[in-house]
Amino acid sequence: MSRSSLPFWIGVALFLVAAAGMTQVIVNEYPFFAAYGILQFVVLAVAWSILGGYAGYVNFGTSAFFGVGVYTAVFLTKAIGVPLAVQIAAAAIIGAFLGFAVGLLTLRMQGIFFSIATIAMTIIIETSVTNWRFVGGAAGIQLQRPPVMPPFGSYMQMLFFVQALLAVLAIAVARYIQGSWIGRGLQALKDDELAAECSGVPTLRLKLMACVISGALMCAAGAPAAMYLQYADPSSAFNLNYSVSVLAMSLIGGTAHWAGPVLGAILLGATQQALAVTISSEVNVLVLGVMLVLFVVAAPEGLIGLIRRGVGRRKGDKA
Amino acid sequence: MLSMNLLLDAVVLGTLLGCFYAAVSLGLSVSFGLLDVPNVAHPAFLVAASYGVVFLNDQFDIDPLLAGLLITPLLFVFGLFAYRLYYETFERRGSDAGVRGIAFFFGIAFIIEVLIILQFGVDQRSVSASYIGKAWRIGEMRIPLRMLVAFAVAAGLTILLALYLSRTFMGRAIRAVAQDEEALRLMGANPVWIKQWAFGIATAVLGIAGALLVIVAPIEPTLDRAYIGRTFCVVVMAGLGSISGTLLAAIILGVAEEIVVTLFGASWAPAISFAMLLGVLAIRPQGLLGRRS
Repeated sequence: MSRSSLPFWIGVALFLVAAAGMTQVIVNEYPFFAAYGILQFVVLAVAWSILGGYAGYVNFGTSAFFGVGVYTAVFLTKAIGVPLAVQIAAAAIIGAFLGFAVGLLTLRMQGIFFSIATIAMTIIIETSVTNWRFVGGAAGIQLQRPPVMPPFGSYMQMLFFVQALLAVLAIAVARYIQGSWIGRGLQALKDDELAAECSGVPTLRLKLMACVISGALMCAAGAPAAMYLQYADPSSAFNLNYSVSVLAMSLIGGTAHWAGPVLGAILLGATQQALAVTISSEVNVLVLGVMLVLFVVAAPEGLIGLIRRGVGRRKGDKA
Repeated sequence: MLSMNLLLDAVVLGTLLGCFYAAVSLGLSVSFGLLDVPNVAHPAFLVAASYGVVFLNDQFDIDPLLAGLLITPLLFVFGLFAYRLYYETFERRGSDAGVRGIAFFFGIAFIIEVLIILQFGVDQRSVSASYIGKAWRIGEMRIPLRMLVAFAVAAGLTILLALYLSRTFMGRAIRAVAQDEEALRLMGANPVWIKQWAFGIATAVLGIAGALLVIVAPIEPTLDRAYIGRTFCVVVMAGLGSISGTLLAAIILGVAEEIVVTLFGASWAPAISFAMLLGVLAIRPQGLLGRRS
């Protein structure tokens, strides 16, 4: 563990202690409900950035991975009724396989072709699930939450803490990748794929790794959503709104550093929760879309870029 | 299973449907196929144009096709500005334009969707015209008149655009800019202006295409998501930028959709175009009848 890692792990520990403390102190369900939504987007945005940010492959298929996670949980609950942890682990494994398959099929495509292919994959999986009677088909399926385990007062609190753990896991993975040879390789192929390939960077293998890790995390984030909503249907589980939200959060936060998507997801996720309660979910998507376009046009490096430029200027003043 | 009669039905209806798909894909064939603009928002523009037609039809009882023609100049001017904005913010700055350009158009598509929902609501909308609701009977087969109208207008529109691109000065300039922008610059022409004009043409044809969209079936705000698959499938299968290829690819898609719907039911319909698109991309990323070898 390097010296700069210490503050990070202290931060992680403090966050988890605070999250665990919250579940013991706060009785009202709503804060956990809202915080769960934000944490879910933190996981998705951080996972998205591993492929989309470091490697520059714009993945519109977030909703495919998320939806597969949801339906893995639905299937396991309905078929054999396994506990939540098993559902999440199973979703992560399936997500990894799906990421591998999708990667093999699509990662040779570049730019817009890759993006369109990921949308195609989303719709194909959604249509297959819609035609799958066992998990409810187009009408969807109701789910009953099992009784909660002791340290937590309610199932919602447990879901919140589980999602907090997933968020920490996703951030730690992204942070590790960013600093390792994988991250540097992805960065190289983002700048110039041909040049990277020629210099001996194993581009396809790196992209596959990124796709597998990203897919596993996204599916894992989707698995608890079935119990969170106590209901699942294909058109909302695979809704492209997840894709655009996660894309917006990552790009607005800035994808050059793992903190970017975290920042973007917290800011936009909180705004979304507030807007969905006070105005409507349509306005919600509108705000998201406008912010995305504004940032892409005016601040391509995202919030992280703006902060860095601000810090750089202040340092320049002192010198 | 599939009797000869049903198959014949599927082929005939699929061909009609295919011509309609060609009409809604023409704009993308120019903007993405010829100009390389990652225009994911094309289907959203299409649905927006359709709602324009619905509005004119509702308020002033104008025939949908005439309404489509009326909003065409508006769409053309919109296209001029849209490309200028895209060029100034992405193409000119160069680096990293791909990623952000795609995200830009994806964002635009969602903004249009939400604006339509806020203005018109989420319910399905349709138009009224004398040829909607009637049908022709040829022997055993029943062909809705609206499909025939859509077929005829779509075929006409496709031929017109093909002629424009091959016969007129501006049309040839557009194809020249797609082939070699640098050479055009050396000839003293302004490639950016030609591309801007071309993008204007690409959005202008959406007027009639949007009218056809709502003539063929009722529309809803999120319809653009299904048409991302259809239009990109057609354009990629056609080989980027080829108009005759667009027609052929669209008919293949139309017939395939009709056959699958007849065999397995309508709930599989959304996946067909996306599956074909994925298949084509996996085998030949440059398209079946590709311009680039």
